[in-house]
Amino acid sequence: MVPSMRFLAGQYDVAVIGAGHAGIEAALAAARLGCSVIIFSINLDSIGNLPCNPSVGGTAKGHLVREIDALGGEMGKAADATLLQSRMLNRGKGPAVHSLRAQIDRREYSRYMKYRLETTPGLDILQAEVVKIERCSQGFNLVTSLDAEYSAKTAIVASGTFLKGRIYIGDVSYEGGPDGMFAATSLSQSLEELGVFLRRFKTGTPARVLGASIDFAKMEEQEGEEPVVPFSFETKQGLKNQISCYMTWTNSDTKRIINENLYRSPMYSGKIQGIGTRYCPSIEDKIVRFADKERHQVFVEPCGLKTDEMYLQGLSSSLPVDVQLELLHTIPGLEGVKVMRPAYAIEYDCCDPLQLNAGLEFMDIEGLYGAGQFNGSSGYEEAAAQGLLAGINAAMKVKGRPPMILDRAAGYIGTLVDDLVTKGCTDPYRMMTSRSEYRLILRQDNADERLTPIGREIGLVDDERWQSFCTRQEAKKAERRRLRETVLSPTKLLNTILVSRETSPVESGVRLEDLLKRPQLNYENLTPVDEGRPELDPLVREQVEIEIKYEGYIKRQRAAVDEMRRLENRLLPEQVDYKGITGLRKEAQEKLGKIRPRSLGQASRISGVSPADISVLIVWLNSQKAE
Amino acid sequence: MVAVNGEPDGTPEGGGSAAVDGDFFNRRSTMSRVIAAISTAAAPAGLGVIRLSGENAIEVACRFFRPRSKTKTLEEAGGNTALLGWVFDADGDIDECVALVFRAPHSFTGENVVELSCHGGLYILQRTLRAAIQAGARPAQAGEFTRRAFVNGKMDLTGAEAVMDLISAGGRLAAKSALVTHEGALFRRMQGICGHLTEAAANLAAFVDYPDDDIPELQPRELEKVLKKAEAELSGLLDRFDAGRVVREGIDTVIAGRPNVGKSTLMNLLAGCERSIVTPVAGTTRDIIEETIRLGDVVLRLADTAGQRSTTDEIESIGVNRARKRMERAALVLAVFDGSQPLDQDDRILAETAAATTSIAIINKSDMGKMIDEKYIRGLFKHTVILSARVGEGLDELERAVLEVSGVAALNDTDLLLANERQRDCACRALECVREAVSSVNIGMTLDAVGVSIDGAISALLELTGEKTTEAVVNEVFSRFCVGK
Repeated sequence: MVPSMRFLAGQYDVAVIGAGHAGIEAALAAARLGCSVIIFSINLDSIGNLPCNPSVGGTAKGHLVREIDALGGEMGKAADATLLQSRMLNRGKGPAVHSLRAQIDRREYSRYMKYRLETTPGLDILQAEVVKIERCSQGFNLVTSLDAEYSAKTAIVASGTFLKGRIYIGDVSYEGGPDGMFAATSLSQSLEELGVFLRRFKTGTPARVLGASIDFAKMEEQEGEEPVVPFSFETKQGLKNQISCYMTWTNSDTKRIINENLYRSPMYSGKIQGIGTRYCPSIEDKIVRFADKERHQVFVEPCGLKTDEMYLQGLSSSLPVDVQLELLHTIPGLEGVKVMRPAYAIEYDCCDPLQLNAGLEFMDIEGLYGAGQFNGSSGYEEAAAQGLLAGINAAMKVKGRPPMILDRAAGYIGTLVDDLVTKGCTDPYRMMTSRSEYRLILRQDNADERLTPIGREIGLVDDERWQSFCTRQEAKKAERRRLRETVLSPTKLLNTILVSRETSPVESGVRLEDLLKRPQLNYENLTPVDEGRPELDPLVREQVEIEIKYEGYIKRQRAAVDEMRRLENRLLPEQVDYKGITGLRKEAQEKLGKIRPRSLGQASRISGVSPADISVLIVWLNSQKAE
Repeated sequence: MVAVNGEPDGTPEGGGSAAVDGDFFNRRSTMSRVIAAISTAAAPAGLGVIRLSGENAIEVACRFFRPRSKTKTLEEAGGNTALLGWVFDADGDIDECVALVFRAPHSFTGENVVELSCHGGLYILQRTLRAAIQAGARPAQAGEFTRRAFVNGKMDLTGAEAVMDLISAGGRLAAKSALVTHEGALFRRMQGICGHLTEAAANLAAFVDYPDDDIPELQPRELEKVLKKAEAELSGLLDRFDAGRVVREGIDTVIAGRPNVGKSTLMNLLAGCERSIVTPVAGTTRDIIEETIRLGDVVLRLADTAGQRSTTDEIESIGVNRARKRMERAALVLAVFDGSQPLDQDDRILAETAAATTSIAIINKSDMGKMIDEKYIRGLFKHTVILSARVGEGLDELERAVLEVSGVAALNDTDLLLANERQRDCACRALECVREAVSSVNIGMTLDAVGVSIDGAISALLELTGEKTTEAVVNEVFSRFCVGK
């Protein structure tokens, strides 16, 4: 046997495995909180890579980016800095579901993040494959494939799709990470030895093609929206749209080719065992599952300003390359398209998030955290949100402070984490607005109001940002007061406006607030009659208007939140022998023992735990207290 | 732990919304912790007690109790005092009663408690309980008063385990009920309503979560159609609950048989008290008498009917007709035969009719010698029990038979009544949310707001089955729409 050449190469507070969206936020947060941090990446050119679509945000995901920003994370600023095109989705569908989405220059985004890591004090970056992670007296030893050993008090696994990554394209399959990277083949075993339960998930991405080979005239152009609303509460206005996206459709020829070649898809031939995400199905999935649908849409998204590569959203596939080409050529505008990177499916190891607590720490492996796709989620934004939380909590552990736990009413981040650690996931988890029961409170416009005070308390919000936040809050209060106290007389001008907006005219004085409550009216409509209106920050104006218009609904959701928090604040001890509690049903005993909820509230959301079981727990909890 | 209170600062008070009544929300949230229940046994008695407990119990009681004295009020009443007055609801006075006020911590539960002693009778008690719920109380769960007593230090530790057992037993029984067993007719009906609402919610969710995908926008008119349908179904269910039938719990069971085979004696044996008039003169029971009894794990809603025979007595023949009709719509028929006599024509007609339904044959008077053709009966019925109602023999066997068929009896499609106040409360909340959604659509609110009301309705309905709203909607989105990149 070759003698070990291991040597101690460094000691840190926090080690982060992986420099994707989760790893970056984790490392930055921990370093900014004063920890010494090392972040490992198999290839430094893949830091902050966007191996799927060149965009950030979207429904519910845009909310996550806003929340990350409000807590002091980086994703929103990076997206603003490398923005190509921006749209506020769902404008007409109500404030709860307004969502920002931006097309991003993917190389620039990656460069921005790498530079941000490089320039953050206390943060070391290393190109290395971590092959082993072991417990030691200080915490963990991490060993690279080059036998260098690093010790760290805490470690965060943010391995994305790298763990035992396997690429599938038609009949061909090989070990590999995303975007032509190497896979991390050894770490899985070491994690399993630590007690991490691993399973296989699968995801996929469409082809990248050459823009010059596309006939854009046959497609529908999609321009950005002006004025651009930034993701970050700190980004000053003035961002510009720089490119267009395009839309086209598949047709019956596309469908026929796919159906004829289905047997060559590794998904359908049973080669891939991993469980795919429901939310981004491959084109073959869509054709099979929704056989009635004659056509599916395809979006063509530019990957950057200094590249002609185009991303084909909607055409994720694991069919063989010859079939991919054939099917692309049936699509209007893509008849002569040249593929630069074929579509592929990737299968990878990830953990069962039921092993984690609400702070994303493994319940049985103190100091070890998981974040991102490794936890069974899907999406850049979901990953970044978890990375931020894991990074903060690793730092809190190092400092001996209690972890930051966000509940479901605090934000989509809290909802995401609670879903993962309480319900687990059977396919890659994607955030959706419908996953939140409090979505009229958890809006993207008020993310700062919900989370910046928490970011401040943790130490990620600096004085300047705090000051500008407080100023906005003051302005909002003052404006609400003004709207409540200002009474407009029933002038002809006012009633003309009201009638033109198809709402009933007034006969006596009316408060501005009461006018804004009407669904047919907004700030803009009232400008001619609202003479005393001060200059308002657009953020403030938006929030004020929403709060007034949806007051009844918001109040109702607040009441639901209060109800929820009553149970949420009843904490359960960490070590409980649920089998020893009389009156609990067997299924409940097993589930509670596995998931080990931190509160009665979390316990009540576990499937298989009934209201009667919760009652039993309440009684038991009180009897414990009495003793 | 760092603060989790991340929601925005409270908005200033006052000013309801254009769409919803803000006061309504407030009332529900602050009052939800007052619980109410009938705390005397569900059997005929001189007095029946409705008990309310919770911080605002007295305030809630004031909403449906009016003292006789013009100078006294419940709110000002001291602890351990009594006030005479009336309980009332929207339809008027229900009953004269005595209200006993106990102030925290000097009460059974350690909270503020009001006990209303009404005149016995399930109808009055149920109506009073409903008035309490309308006033803001919520129906108590099994063992909840005891649990609160324990939590507030009113019981010692040795009581704790007993309480936990009690609660879990209640849970097991509830889980067995027709509503949560997936075969129950009511469950299916609720599931149908819930399914339509979930579909609408999923439609909204897909529409907002996948703005780029070509999801057809749900037109307000269509949405309204779905909502109106749910509204009609829910109010239909609630109307039937309100139809005024005296007893609502248990399997709708009819005791049938020709005159004087001992139906009433059996009824009395089961009910444990003299309920029907029992005399040796054939044809004594001329109307239908109802009673709720518990036989082991199973609750029966028993109806003793007039003996079935051809008769010339006009009044009796009305009773006989009614009895036949009653038998037709019953979920379970207990067909009683006199074992000490040979079968006659009336017996055979009954046997053949009853055997075609879910039924148990009972050969009564086993203490008086056997003359009956037992083979004939056993050949017709799946279950035959031999007993003596007078002596009380063979009850165990009947209990076993009822347990066996009760699974089948619960299947009966005609039994679409909401079983208890808790279920009624859920249906009521669902209906309120649906109406709210309709009004939001009508005044042109954005779909996200409408969605919140629909979610509220679904979650009220799912409360009955233990499923979770957001999961139901998400699953529906993925199964119905081709969405995602």
